Amino acid sequence: MTTITALSAAPGHGLRKVKNNVATVLVTLAFGVALIPLVWLLWTVISKGYHALTRNGWFTEDVGTRTFRNPGGGALHAIIGTLEQVALCSVISVPIALMVGIYLVEYGRGPLAKATTFMVDILSGVPSIVAALFIYAVFITTFHGQRSGWLVSLALVLLMIPVIVRTTEEMLKLVPNELREASYALGVPKWKTIARIVVPTALTGIITGIVLGIARVAGETAPLLILVGYTDNTNGNLFSDGFQGSLPGMINAQVSNIGNSRSFTGQPIHNYAVDRMWGAALTLIIIVMGLNLIARFLGRFSKVS
Amino acid sequence: MAKRIDADNLDIYYGKFLAVSECSFTIAPRSVTAFIGPSGCGKSTVLRTLNRLHEVIAGAYVKGKVMLDGDDIYGSTVDPVDVRRTIGMVFQRPNPFPTMSIYDNVVAGLKLQGGRIRKSDLDNVVEKSLRGANLWEEVKDRLNKPGAGLSGGQQQRLCIARAIAVEPQVLLMDEPCSALDPISTLAIEDLIQTLKEKYTIVIVTHNMQQAARVSERTAFFNLSAVGKPGQLVEMDDTEKIFSNPNDQRTEDYISGRFG
Repeated sequence: MTTITALSAAPGHGLRKVKNNVATVLVTLAFGVALIPLVWLLWTVISKGYHALTRNGWFTEDVGTRTFRNPGGGALHAIIGTLEQVALCSVISVPIALMVGIYLVEYGRGPLAKATTFMVDILSGVPSIVAALFIYAVFITTFHGQRSGWLVSLALVLLMIPVIVRTTEEMLKLVPNELREASYALGVPKWKTIARIVVPTALTGIITGIVLGIARVAGETAPLLILVGYTDNTNGNLFSDGFQGSLPGMINAQVSNIGNSRSFTGQPIHNYAVDRMWGAALTLIIIVMGLNLIARFLGRFSKVS
Repeated sequence: MAKRIDADNLDIYYGKFLAVSECSFTIAPRSVTAFIGPSGCGKSTVLRTLNRLHEVIAGAYVKGKVMLDGDDIYGSTVDPVDVRRTIGMVFQRPNPFPTMSIYDNVVAGLKLQGGRIRKSDLDNVVEKSLRGANLWEEVKDRLNKPGAGLSGGQQQRLCIARAIAVEPQVLLMDEPCSALDPISTLAIEDLIQTLKEKYTIVIVTHNMQQAARVSERTAFFNLSAVGKPGQLVEMDDTEKIFSNPNDQRTEDYISGRFG
């Protein structure tokens, strides 16, 4: 008993407790502060976009000729455009980025690896509008192409690759070296060790990286404005010359109507473009979140239970 | 099955650093040889040169010869992958493949070495190897559960089963019991006694009682000073090393005067 009393009466004991409590409160507060904008944003988008999404025709119609005075219309054209552009971008980026990540961690030594890392660093700092201008300069100015959906995909590739390379690198580095050595010691060649042991072990993290990459590019607007423009009508052909709808493009197009609140005769009216804008924003969030969930499910599915 | 190992004048480097110098020894087939010595003396390094795993580390290389039944495993035409198929290894920390079930862990070597194997043959290999590693009775009802879900001692026996599933000629063990409790240690030591009937076994251990219990021959490694290369001080019958070694340094080490 005496020892315990002596301990609790030891100098600095009370102060340490106070410090501990202060730190706990500060950390919790920081967490709460970080959470506020997230919850606020989600709440705003859901509460304002919910009506547009649940209305008949949101997923089966485009905006067409409707103006801010006309109710109805949907986001079909925008969903098709965004999904197509992001899909083509992913098909190009994911294999390249995975290979680069694997090269850097498993094989990369010497100047080539250093140069690659440096380039990836620089690429990840390139603003999306610069990537778009680069693609414009190459394919439209130099090769006299037309503005078209697939050019957007190419610009997005430049933005997506560094994100996936980075996460792949980090995840592969987390795989303990003992696993590689265990595999070598069984007489398994290096490439097979990477393909069958190292990558599967890091797969969940790599998939998360891919989803992060998709989320990064799905909401990009600058490449859309520069390389394809926007149309309210459905254009399902990624390679056709001319405008194609997209969710960020739709948000942008509808938001340009936001100040309008009067009919031709000057009567105050409801602005339907604003509803469609929030609906498009919510749809974009849902698509990214849906991809996220699917990817997580696949990641879990690929592991033994 | 089992093969004999002759090491001749091994100099082992990590880049410019000479880690072990002038190391020569012979390991008889179907025997257990223990490597003992203080930390950092290079016993694990020597072990890893025996299946060419040393050179996996960037900048690491070896001078000298290691003969496996008369064939130099460092010969210019020899593929290290083939060497490692002949000489298996068990590591200090149990390292089952985390994405694989117990079953897949055991057959990982066979499957990943390539070649199609019939399912019934695989089943036989799994049972034989797990029985060989004395683990079959404990896991036979949950072969499809992840290998990482086993206890530490079971995981280590799973790693032994994985190593013997590819039927190596030699089994290298790098402190296989240092992460295990006494009961699991006993299980592994018993297993070593059974395995030596078929395999040549080399075991690195920090535990001198363990060396005395399991091995027939013991090699004592030492450092003359920090930063100097490790050396093989002497190698002899285990009984002799632990009762009446030739070298004073061995005597000092086993009687606990240093290290």
